[in-house]
This record gives sequence, C-alpha cells and structure tokens, in this order.
Amino acid sequence: MSEPNKGESGLVQAPVIEPGHTFATVTDQISSIVLTRPVSNGWVFGFGLSFLLTMGMLYSIGYLFIKGVGIWGVNIPVGWGFAIVNFVWWIGIGHAGTLISAILLLLRQSWRNSINRFAEAMTLFAVSCAGLFPILHLGRPWLAYWLFPIPNTMQYWPQFRSPLVWDVFAVSTYATISALFWFIGLIPDLATLRDRTDNRGLKIVYGMLAMGWRGSARHWARYETAYLLLAGLATPLVLSVHTVVSFDFAVGIVPGWHTTIFPPYFVAGAIYSGFAMVLMLAIPIRKFYGLEDFITERHLENSAMVMLATGLIVGYGYVIEAFMNWYAGDPNEGFVLWNRLHGPYALSYYALLFCNLVLPQVLWIRKFRVKPFWLFLISLDILVGMWLERFVIVVVSLHRDFLTSSWGMYYPTRWDWMTYIGTIGLFLSLMFLFVRILPMISIFEMRTLLPEAEVKSE
Amino acid sequence: MKRDILYGVMAEFKTPTELVEAARATEHAGYKKFDAYSPFPIEELSDAVGFHKNGVPLVVLIAGIIGCLSGYALQYWISVIAYPINVGGRPMHSWPSFVVVTFEVTILFAGVSAVLGMLALNGLPMPYHPVFNVPRFALASKDRFFLIIFYSDPKFDLASTTKFLQAMGPRSISEVPG
Repeated sequence: MSEPNKGESGLVQAPVIEPGHTFATVTDQISSIVLTRPVSNGWVFGFGLSFLLTMGMLYSIGYLFIKGVGIWGVNIPVGWGFAIVNFVWWIGIGHAGTLISAILLLLRQSWRNSINRFAEAMTLFAVSCAGLFPILHLGRPWLAYWLFPIPNTMQYWPQFRSPLVWDVFAVSTYATISALFWFIGLIPDLATLRDRTDNRGLKIVYGMLAMGWRGSARHWARYETAYLLLAGLATPLVLSVHTVVSFDFAVGIVPGWHTTIFPPYFVAGAIYSGFAMVLMLAIPIRKFYGLEDFITERHLENSAMVMLATGLIVGYGYVIEAFMNWYAGDPNEGFVLWNRLHGPYALSYYALLFCNLVLPQVLWIRKFRVKPFWLFLISLDILVGMWLERFVIVVVSLHRDFLTSSWGMYYPTRWDWMTYIGTIGLFLSLMFLFVRILPMISIFEMRTLLPEAEVKSE
Repeated sequence: MKRDILYGVMAEFKTPTELVEAARATEHAGYKKFDAYSPFPIEELSDAVGFHKNGVPLVVLIAGIIGCLSGYALQYWISVIAYPINVGGRPMHSWPSFVVVTFEVTILFAGVSAVLGMLALNGLPMPYHPVFNVPRFALASKDRFFLIIFYSDPKFDLASTTKFLQAMGPRSISEVPG
C-alpha cells in the first residue's frame, strides 16, 4: 500500500479529506456503496462466515436454555465466568463510538466526521452483544424483566441499593441514547439516499425512514441544537456507564475488586479497547471500499494517539492497584497481587501486561501509527489484552476465596467459547449488513468539511 | 382558492454563500414568509431566514427535570413505601444509593425528548410536502441550495416575486404547485 506522506516530518498532518472533492463527489462516492455497488464475493464470504458463527451462538444459547448454566464452567467460588468477562469487554468496546460521536463533537474535533457513523454503529452492535451476557447468566433468563420496575402481581420491586440494578439502568439508557443519536445522525443522509435511488421500493423505505426531511434552514437549526444537546447528554452518560460497570465490582468486598481506582481505570480501558476495535474495522473498510480519501492517515494516527494515551492511564491503574494491594496492609489484599504473579493463572496476568502495557509502546514511533498493517496488529493485541484484563479481574480475584477450603478453579467449557465467539460473529454480521444498507460515513457532515461549504462574508 | 394552485416560487443556487446572501436580501426586501434549503447545516442561514425562537433547549430542560424528579420519586416510593427491605439496618431512604439511577433516568428523559422535541417542532414525520413536487429539489440533499418565497406572504406577487428572485442570479427558478 502506498503512503503519500512517507518520509515527511512528524509535524505535517495528513488532511481530513484528500483535496479535490466537492459536494457532489462526496455524496456520490459514499452513497454509491449502498445504492449501486454490486455485492462482492468477499462480502458474501465474510458475511457468510460471521453468520455461521452467529448460528453457533444461537445453538449454544438454545442448549443453555434447555440445560441451564451448568453447561458453562461457572461454579462456586467462580460464579462470574466468561459471561461477565465478555459483558465488560463488549460494553467497553462500545464506548469509543460515543466518545468519537459525542465528546469529540463537543471538543470541535472535526476529523471525527468521517468515522463517527460507523463508530456509532459499532457501539450499538457491541452493546447488543454485551447485553446478551448478563441475561444469559441469570440462570432463569425468562425472568429478566424482574430487573425493571414493572408493576406485577407478586408486588415485587427491584432493590435500588444494588449496583447490579444501577447497571441495568445505565446500560439500557446507554443503548437507547446511542440508538437515538445514531438514528438522528442518519436522517439527513437517509433523505440523500431517498433522493438518489432509482429503485421505487428503496425510495419508499429510505423515504419513510427519512421522515420527510427536506433540509429547511429552520429544521437544520433545531436539528443542530438537538444533536449538540444529545452529545452533551451522551458525554456524562458514557463516562457513567463504565463507572457503573466498575461499581459492580468495586462496591463488593472481594479483594482485587474493592478499590477506588476502578471507575477511571475502567473508563480509560473501555476507550482503549474501543479505539482498537474502531481501527480494526476502519482499516479493512477503507481499503476494500476505497475510502482512503475520507478515512485518511490523520484518522489512523489520531486514533493511535488516543490508544497510546488511554493505554498509559490503564497502566497507571495497574500500578496503583498493585501499590494499594501492598499499602493496604491487609493480608487478603496482598495475596491478590501474589496470586496474580505466582498463582495458577499467572500466565494470563503476564500476557495482559505484555499486550496492554509493553507492546503498545511502539505507538510512540510514527511509523506504527500510520502504517495500517502494523496498526491493525497492534489493535488486535490490545483487544486481546483488554479481554485478558477482564479475565484477570473476574476470575483470578474470585478463584481464591477468603478461606482456603473454598478455593477452586475455573475452566471455560466449549459452550463458553462458542457463545463468546458467536457474539463476535453476531457483531461482524451486523457490521457487514450495516455497510451495505446505510451510508457508513456521515455524508452531510463530510460536506461541512469541504472548503466550498464556507460562507464567505463580504 | 389560489392556494391550491401555488405554494410558492423557488430559486436554486450553487453555493452556500449565494444562498445566505439571497436569504438576507429577501428579508431586507420585506418578505416575511420564506425558507431556505441546504444539504448541510449552515450557521448563518437560520439567522438570515429570521429564525430566532428555537424551542428545543426548553423542551430538553423540562424533560430532564421531570426525568430527574420521577427517577428519584420512583426509587423513594419503592424503597421506602411499597417494598421496604431492611439491609443491615441502613436507612430506608438511603439517598446516596439512589443517585446513579436518578442520573440515568434524567439523561434518558432529556435525550428522548431532544429527539422527539426536535421532530415535533419541525413537523416531522411529513412524507408529503409541496417542495418535493419540484424535480430539481432532489438536489437539495446533494449539492444545491434553494430559496422559496411562500405564496402566503402578504408581499407575494407571482410576477414581481419571480423578478425579484431572478435579479439574484439563480441557476433556475420554478413555481411550486400547492
């Protein structure tokens, strides 16, 4: 792959959009992916494979409903196995989408305009995968509605002093607001598709979804206000969601969980893994759909720098965790660190330190921030590392209980793996469908980035 | 009624600058009922068409306050009145535990109202609108900019309004049937 900025000084930044584009070319190039581009063999293969994995997930969920959670490796003392590890991993991945769409909007980082749409889609799909796990883990998943304050004949109500109930509210609010944010961002682009398609059926479908959007100046003014307010609301929301997820652990008294560093360290870790997923999606998408003009080196480099920064915050979290294990002076707390370094799961702790702390430091070198191939591998490494982090937090903290008589081990079964890999299939299937059905880059926000969009005052 | 025959006269421009200037000139000429259409938000344009009363923030504020109060009230009613459970002798009204859910419900109400409020104030969904009768208006979602002076404007007169728009050098002018 040829890189135009090769050899230039580090201070020269690649443009957000390659020069030479107009309103018409931006519109045509992005909407043609949805409207005119034929379905390629690569897409069919990729979607087929992901769909197969999704079917595997449905199979393992079906078996779970018949047999119960006994088919998983969970038992006392490790009652929270893969289900909770995967829940935290997926919901963390979702956070980067909201960070890009809301926080970077408020910070006026206009480079976000070409990656926010598919990052938001990624958020929605990741949250969908995440939401499955706690419900499957309930044991009696058909009673999941008990978590919500719904009037019922048993006169039962949820316990609002429990962080698990806070989590239900945090995650469901997050899913709702993310879906709304994504949808109102789509409305003007759906109108573009409605006006550009020749297919009568598609015109009706996109027309219904666009709700009669016509781009009136008054509509745009209210639209911009609503969008900005949603961004302002989503910003504290996204920070609160992973904070509340960390409360699930930190409010408990289990050594290794009961620590005040958890909320900030969880939020940083979420953004860390989320940007890794954004890059793992953006790098193949820009290559296969020829979008290098819109997702430029600048986007890759900025995302890499966000990963580097959040990775260092996560590293700080590890250091403080270890320090507090020692400083607390509590033998059970001290044992947590010893067990991580020397216990039966020591390998996972060393692997996590290597994946999250050591290897990503190559991002200090510019070459690794702009070369898509290396960036893809580093992102994969970070996703593995962040999964291991949640494994260490959940499993390694639980498997050594306070009393040695209650110690145990956790071994994931094939059903654990099948459900986990199946959700990756579900996530990828939804992504594959999304890039063909909806514009994966926000067309109207790209138009605002063009030089001709500026109103010249005389 | 003449209204059934005509909705307004529409002029098409090629750049946002031309549209904003045309909108300012239209307001200056004394027209009250006119609108402008663009493929992306233009900050100067809403001011140029005389749009100043944006109701969205108030809707969101009110919904946020309602969300905050109802979220807290729900938890208070459940934990103190409807289903009191004594956990380790802690007070029934243990307000610090209620903060998280109150916050989430506030965001939920405010966020949903921002979307619904924006749509309602914009009069959407509205699948049919007279401006869609102009074939070239399909470009309003791509790369063209449109200005319409409505038939309902007291100053509207087909001949003179068309002449007025013509003077601003638009790419095309069309009558919008009602």
